[in-house]
Amino acid sequence: MTNTEKKDRGLLRIDTDECKGCGLCIEACPPKVIGLSERLNHYGYRTAVYAGHGCTGCGICFMVCPEPGAITVLRAVLPPSRQTSGLPHHDAEGASPCASN
Amino acid sequence: MSNQAEAGYVVSHGRSKAFYERFERKSELQHQTHFCPGCGHGTVHKMLAQAIDELGIQDRTIMIGPVGCGVFTYYYFDVGNVQAAHGRAPAVATAMKRSRPESIVISYQGDGDLSAIGSAEILHAANRGEHISVIFVNNAIYSMTGGQFAPTTLLGQKSTTTPLGRSAKAEGYPLHISELLATLQAPVYIERVGLGDNKQVAQAARAVRRAVENQVRGLGFSLVEILSPCPTIWKMTPVESQHWVRDVMEKTFPLGVFCDRTREAQAQTAPAAAPPLERIPEILGVVGAAEPEFSATQARTAEVDLEVRIAGFGGQGVLLLGEVLAEAGLDAGLEVSWLPSYGPEMRSGTSNCHVRLSSAPIDSPLVSAPNMLIAMNEPSLRKFDASVRPGGWIIYNGDEFPPECMRKDVHVLAHPFTHLADELGDARACNMTMLGALLEIAGAVPQASIDAALHRLVRNPRWVELDERALERGRAVCRESMVEEVTR
Amino acid sequence: MRKQLMKGNEAIVKSAILAGCRAFYGYPITPASEIAEAAAEYMPQAGGVFVQAESEVAAINMLYGAASAGVRCMTASSGPGISLMQEGISYMAGAELPCVIADITRGGPGLGNIAAEQGDYHQVVKGGGHGNYRTLVLAPDSVQEMADLTALAFELADRYRNPAVVLADGFVGQMMEPVEFPQAAAAPRQPTWAVTGTAETRANLITSLYLDPDELEAHQRGLEAKYRLAEQRETRAEEWSTEDAEIVLTGYGIVGRILKAVTSEARADGLKVGLLRPITLYPFPRAHFQRLARRARVFIVVEMSNGQLIEDVRLALNGARPVEFFSRVGGNVPSHQEVLALVREQARRMKRAQASGKEQMAHV
Ligand code: SF4
Ligand code: SF4
Ligand code: SF4
Repeated sequence: MTNTEKKDRGLLRIDTDECKGCGLCIEACPPKVIGLSERLNHYGYRTAVYAGHGCTGCGICFMVCPEPGAITVLRAVLPPSRQTSGLPHHDAEGASPCASN
Repeated sequence: MSNQAEAGYVVSHGRSKAFYERFERKSELQHQTHFCPGCGHGTVHKMLAQAIDELGIQDRTIMIGPVGCGVFTYYYFDVGNVQAAHGRAPAVATAMKRSRPESIVISYQGDGDLSAIGSAEILHAANRGEHISVIFVNNAIYSMTGGQFAPTTLLGQKSTTTPLGRSAKAEGYPLHISELLATLQAPVYIERVGLGDNKQVAQAARAVRRAVENQVRGLGFSLVEILSPCPTIWKMTPVESQHWVRDVMEKTFPLGVFCDRTREAQAQTAPAAAPPLERIPEILGVVGAAEPEFSATQARTAEVDLEVRIAGFGGQGVLLLGEVLAEAGLDAGLEVSWLPSYGPEMRSGTSNCHVRLSSAPIDSPLVSAPNMLIAMNEPSLRKFDASVRPGGWIIYNGDEFPPECMRKDVHVLAHPFTHLADELGDARACNMTMLGALLEIAGAVPQASIDAALHRLVRNPRWVELDERALERGRAVCRESMVEEVTR
Repeated sequence: MRKQLMKGNEAIVKSAILAGCRAFYGYPITPASEIAEAAAEYMPQAGGVFVQAESEVAAINMLYGAASAGVRCMTASSGPGISLMQEGISYMAGAELPCVIADITRGGPGLGNIAAEQGDYHQVVKGGGHGNYRTLVLAPDSVQEMADLTALAFELADRYRNPAVVLADGFVGQMMEPVEFPQAAAAPRQPTWAVTGTAETRANLITSLYLDPDELEAHQRGLEAKYRLAEQRETRAEEWSTEDAEIVLTGYGIVGRILKAVTSEARADGLKVGLLRPITLYPFPRAHFQRLARRARVFIVVEMSNGQLIEDVRLALNGARPVEFFSRVGGNVPSHQEVLALVREQARRMKRAQASGKEQMAHV
């Protein structure tokens, strides 16, 4: 990703160890930017995969997902002028750095 | 540490802190829940964890786990955890909240647990307005046990125990817990939500949070019923079962708020501070200091061994008569016991009690062979007459002693004691006239002890005064009849 | 202090509060209701909780909650109510939660009647619920013991983290006798294992669920070890003129009192009779029986149930001595005359046997 590209408002991280491939997030995502992997994970599930772009950061996929940590939704940090006071209290530090796929 | 692609982003929706990092209480698959793919329980768990996070109550929260697919709440929630018996979580929650009012007690239950076996517990916890939050996951079936019919199963829905589908005729209609509980006056908040689509899910999350927040605010009983997919037992894909919630289940179980008294509800006030420990004996009335010393001196010449049976109709004051005698005996420094016949007998007619006064320790408090019988009416006389020990006494309330009951080997004092009491102003004092006669004969207890006992047991001063006169009158009658006997 | 005349049922509550009990959950039933009534009066004044539950099932599960929250707690009931509580008692034993249950027994089976009977022996002493567990059972015979053994029951329940039962019949519950209480109240204790809704107790878990067979086996072995320890340390019994007793009478609760009267009268007749009254029914005072068996020639079990206590007596004696039996049930009480007649008959038989034994010796 370069600075010239238009940055998405949101970004999706999927923990393939946790995902059970139920597909609820795929159904729920308004811009339809989640799909199902061809590869099976460690437990034998086909897992959710983020398309790589187009996420609006709405968080709906997170809400419908039954697994506590399968989905993490990230939001672009707003330019300083528009930034509101408090950050959401889950900060990225300390979250496990799982590649989305 | 974020990878490079995530530079410029922060987490907006991620794993709740109210969940354990890893589910170490599980023996395997510690990254995941034990729920089937697409199970509504997982989604509800997340809503609950998020509410706990947002309200900042993780340390205060006590989660009560049910029996059913939701049994392992303690695998996941990093809060205080208690696992309850099937259906009993509201009872467990009741006691925990009452003893620990500062804690936030959440009862997590499924529909078999809550609406069938635990229907009494939830109804009464709600009706008492317990300050707890109940998360009720309704998937219209017994899931963990393999798909048997539940009270919430839809009409026509197949289950392993309704193989042809639920019929109203055989199994009745789906039980509407939210509507049912909303008829009660105590609950402050009851809402039914679903997990049928994005909108429903968002509303469900709000409702779960409200149910917990109400408790944080001290408002009272809150319950959220969540229509929740069970893809495995329903034999549908997760997405199909989500749609089934919205398209089918919701028709039987309409969504909405059924009760909301959060605005009128008074916040719970802090419970009154417990009294200091030093005051407990006084509260219980077991402090010695305030009690008067024994009225009588312990010095006694004669051995006392009174075995008394007192019998009459209910309402004649049989038990009180015995109690005054025992209390007086105790005051006089004797060993005593008082044992009533109890139960329906007490209500429907006859009543009797056993009293022992003895200068030696009392072995058995049961008096099967009395040396004193007070028979306040004829049936009582006939019942116990034969049991009196040779040489003992029968004090009988009646105009004349029935000749068939006459025994050569016992003393008899027969007198219409009720008339005596009548003359004194109240027939109910008959028992004390008879006690007076007994004391006159037995002589075991000093008058001061009788007075002390009367004052301790009879609260109304008017009655104390009447009883004192009755006792004296009874004694007098006894003395007169003795004189008669001797002069005859 | 001056002794007070009090009902056994009331003494239980006062003793409980003095012992630091601060929660009572119950459901009314004759002849135990005075316990709930006294608790309703005193528990809130002492800063505790009283709730009349919707059923005994709910009541015992409320105890499960109160005990989980680290509070000394109790309930009281009678036969039919105890039957309903068995589920919760099993859960509490499984989750290692202490509580005290007073069972003021009445006549059964079914609705039976409300007169005093001892038919709850099996369901209480043998652990009437499901699974491998025991309850600690104390059997008072007087109002003073109602108070003392209630306090002890709380101690034992805590020491072994297990439900303890005060098993008394309707007579002991309903009768009044002089009683004395300790003059200082114990402070409610704060166990470290409880779940109290604080940061310190957040990691605690109360459960009786052990999915893995090996884990459940280990858990059960742990419970067994506790019970073995209790068997070594906690047995209690009263012996009354047993030093030279050839006939040993045994019975618990109100029967023990009757047998005392029988023993006195038999002694007055010159018969060598003694009384062994179990105070703990579980753990059962086996050693007392075994010791007395060295001298005694016969044991007579008297109970207000149809042969329940006698099973434990026989197990304790393990065939060492013959065991005779007398019982009245249905609310009838063995009179001391009835038992005395039995004792005299035994004595005659023993004498005859002795005489014929001597004769035989003479012939040798
Ligand atoms: S990320 Fe969650 S919702 Fe999506 S497929 Fe995986 S488990 Fe299901
Ligand atoms: S956050 Fe919204 S847009 Fe992004 S993947 Fe999830 S559902 Fe789709
Ligand atoms: S059986 Fe149903 S309720 Fe149970 S875990 Fe599976 S999907 Fe969930």
